[in-house]
Amino acid sequence: MKIRAKDPKQVWKEEFESSQTRRKDGLETSTISGVPVKPLYTSDDLPSRAEELPGQYPYTRGIHPTGYRGRLWTMRQFSGFATAEETNRRYKYLLGNGQTGLSVAFDMPTLMGQDSDAPTSRGEIGHCGVAIDSLADMETLFDGIPLGEITTSMTINSPAAILLCMYLAVAEKQGVPFVKLGGTLQNDILKEFIAQKEFIFPPEPSMRLVVDSIEYCAKAVPKWNTISISGYHIREAGSTAAQELAFTLADGMAYVDACIERGMRIDDFASRLSFFFDAHIDFFEEIAKFRAARRIWARWMREKYGAQDERSWKLRFHTQTAGVSLTAQQPELNIARTALEAMSAVLGGTQSLHTNAMDEVFALPTDRAARLALRTQQLIAFETGVGSTIDPLGGSYFVEALTDEMERQAEAYFKRIEDLGGVIPAIEASFFQKEIADAAFRYQSELEQKRRLIVGVNEFTVDEEEPIEILRIDPKLEREQVERVRAVRAKRDQARCSNSLSKLRTAASGRDNLMPYILDAVRAYATEGEIMNALIEVFGVYTERAVI
Amino acid sequence: MRALARAITLVERRDPAVRELQQALRDRVRPAYVVGFTGAPGTGKSTIVDGLISLLRKQERSVAVIATDPNSPFTGGAILGDRIRMQRHALDPKVFIRSMGARGHLGGLSLAAREAIRLLGAFGFDPVILETVGVGQSELEVAAVADTTVVVLTPNLGDGVQMIKAGILEIADIFVVNKSDLEGHKRVALELRGMLNLSPKAAWRPPIIATAAVRQEGIEELWAAIEAHRKHLETTGRASAQAEKRLKDETAEVVAEVARERARDALGEDSKLSQRLLQDGTPYEVADEILRNHIMNSE
Amino acid sequence: MMATKGAVKPIRIVMGKVGLDGHDRGVKVVARALRDAGYEVIYTGLRQTPEMIVDAALQEDAQVIGLSLHSGAHMTLFPAVVEELKRRKATDIVVFGGGIIPEDDIEALKKQGVEELFTPGTPLQDIVAWLKKRFPEGGST
Repeated sequence: MKIRAKDPKQVWKEEFESSQTRRKDGLETSTISGVPVKPLYTSDDLPSRAEELPGQYPYTRGIHPTGYRGRLWTMRQFSGFATAEETNRRYKYLLGNGQTGLSVAFDMPTLMGQDSDAPTSRGEIGHCGVAIDSLADMETLFDGIPLGEITTSMTINSPAAILLCMYLAVAEKQGVPFVKLGGTLQNDILKEFIAQKEFIFPPEPSMRLVVDSIEYCAKAVPKWNTISISGYHIREAGSTAAQELAFTLADGMAYVDACIERGMRIDDFASRLSFFFDAHIDFFEEIAKFRAARRIWARWMREKYGAQDERSWKLRFHTQTAGVSLTAQQPELNIARTALEAMSAVLGGTQSLHTNAMDEVFALPTDRAARLALRTQQLIAFETGVGSTIDPLGGSYFVEALTDEMERQAEAYFKRIEDLGGVIPAIEASFFQKEIADAAFRYQSELEQKRRLIVGVNEFTVDEEEPIEILRIDPKLEREQVERVRAVRAKRDQARCSNSLSKLRTAASGRDNLMPYILDAVRAYATEGEIMNALIEVFGVYTERAVI
Repeated sequence: MRALARAITLVERRDPAVRELQQALRDRVRPAYVVGFTGAPGTGKSTIVDGLISLLRKQERSVAVIATDPNSPFTGGAILGDRIRMQRHALDPKVFIRSMGARGHLGGLSLAAREAIRLLGAFGFDPVILETVGVGQSELEVAAVADTTVVVLTPNLGDGVQMIKAGILEIADIFVVNKSDLEGHKRVALELRGMLNLSPKAAWRPPIIATAAVRQEGIEELWAAIEAHRKHLETTGRASAQAEKRLKDETAEVVAEVARERARDALGEDSKLSQRLLQDGTPYEVADEILRNHIMNSE
Repeated sequence: MMATKGAVKPIRIVMGKVGLDGHDRGVKVVARALRDAGYEVIYTGLRQTPEMIVDAALQEDAQVIGLSLHSGAHMTLFPAVVEELKRRKATDIVVFGGGIIPEDDIEALKKQGVEELFTPGTPLQDIVAWLKKRFPEGGST
């Protein structure tokens, strides 16, 4: 009788299962999104496929052959508060401290397309970001900052076209040609309907405005990323990682479809599409999500849409650490959370990164907290050495298996969305909203049952919290901003302004690209609210069905 | 307005104080015309109702909406979210919107809704729109209360005509195919027409109205169809026949509700009775006894 | 004579987001938890003005108004709801709120008539427990 050596994997399995020392604390071992994970991954879990390499299709391991050996990620801290003047000062401070790109946060009235003197702007001015009412404010915001030498990201959606036109008008005044301008406009209206809810017009005219700006920039502002297709807000609204991935890429394809329908060629605009993801706290799941995103996008662009240009296949993305993971309790812990999340974004190969400040759970960050957040990225870049090797987790049994699992779940969602008739019908049927609300509730229930722990919140709490310093917006600024917009209205050439608005209204009823009309209105110092209202007259407004 | 809101709460709670209120309002009671709306979630009922409110407000009419939603049966709790789509009428004193959960009482919402409708009529609201999501038995309850029942369908929700729940064809006085901008819209209308042609000839043939409620399209046609149905009910004498039947049904339901309560009380309080029921397993005999001793002879 | 003894008297709560932000994850999670605890929640959605939310509470005969806001405008809008209740002579309606609200503001808002405030990370049970204590007679029994 031959004695056969036992399979070592079998030995491990038996030892693991019979072990008495396994934890019995009842805590979830699945990922934060509920994806079950095994205690051990081995070569059996490694998919059989041709070896993937960075800079090569399908770009799972990164879009550049050089990774961060070539260029580090852009450290792009999202900021803006109070008035254009105050924010301008903060920008100069950040640029002076080694930040390499600007990222504008607008206040709620600006995001919702209304002027600071609208009744519903009361109490909101300058709180979530900077208040911009007209070109005059935009001139102040970038005063002394040469737009040809920096890149700027603007987080704005329903009124995105207007704010982009304001930026273009500032460039004109600075004498910078449009072709030299670089930056990103969020301009992702679909995720507003799905998650962030800062919609104004119904989906159809909203999509028209997005396509108008993509079409216009493809010719006039060729280095501008006209859209940043965002999973961030979907995740922050409570989705799982797989939902974030799937819904974001589905949105991306919906924009591609809309542009093709407009008559554009895929390779004329696909390389200007960019993405924006969340880096949540479940370390490996996030890395797998980023890797899967690149692979899926490349395949769909090449195989379904027939893109020929390699640049059209490459998914480039910005990452922000998860605001939703920050806690009001023991807020200093947020520095540690943000560092770990930022690390997953870097290991996932992000092109640019925003790290949250520890106090953002209370208000906009103080100077000190904002600096610490930037320093966290610098620490990852220059102390830890993680940027020295490209996709260092490639080939990890676990990470590769999880990447495949993310991809599988995303494809299953694409199928369901298609069955509903596409993204917009799925929005109208509240499909995404329901999926997200269910996921958010499931997670909250797990916290309530203590099947998941948040340090300092449902475990390891302290009785007395030490107060931390928070940024206060001086209520005086609100009055000043209201006076400012009224002064702009009083001073401008009224005939030119109302003429430009009536031309815009007429164009909106037709099929022309609206960008040149909006740009003219902006140049005439029409306010954001006036331009939006002209469009609302034609497009109407949208209200959503409650899905809880 | 608060008095009306309070009164509806009493109605929902089946509070005896309502009786006095009804006495006081007796002279003011003016029956409001009741239009029922039902359809699967996501068909756009609330948006259509919202459009209808706008139309009626232009005609200077006061409109009330009762939006019902099935409760969570275990806890009695509910989330009622239909107001959202009618926000543009917030702050209009001539529009009264009330959300109503089914509260799990037997007989569902219909008893409470009927009384609430009377109250709304007494306060000058006419018509009253009764809206419910078409799950479970709720659409049948709406049809039992409404003068005109409107069933809403859409092309994109997998509720194609073959999916229409049994009984829907019978309760609909009007069909609306909403989202007429979506693909498949014509097909749904066509299939629906085919199915209606198969059903026995009736004096009223339910019209099929196409709407795109988000754009306020088809709302006027819908209201015209509702008015036509109302006229049909009046000229054929069905209105008064229906009113008579419904009053009788409602009275019977109220009796049933009281009897049910008394029976529960009897079974709870009379331990001998419930013991015998459990031992012999003879509900009919025990029921007879309850009827004799606790219901017919009480008071 | 007609009262049915088994009838439930759920507390009705109008919940909505005042202000311009669209962050509705929190308010929806809380709404579900309150439903599961036996409350009737009337959800009025996004971008409610103080006038709208008070009007809804009156029509719905709600005992409670729950406000959610994440844009930083709570010091303006929460007290405005309390003021509107005074104007409509409905100060019996209890107001509570939630969102990103610094500690100092919580104290100030309580002084202005907002009865309770909950910040991110509050266990849902705490909110339910507060309501149960505030309305011992309510909820399904």
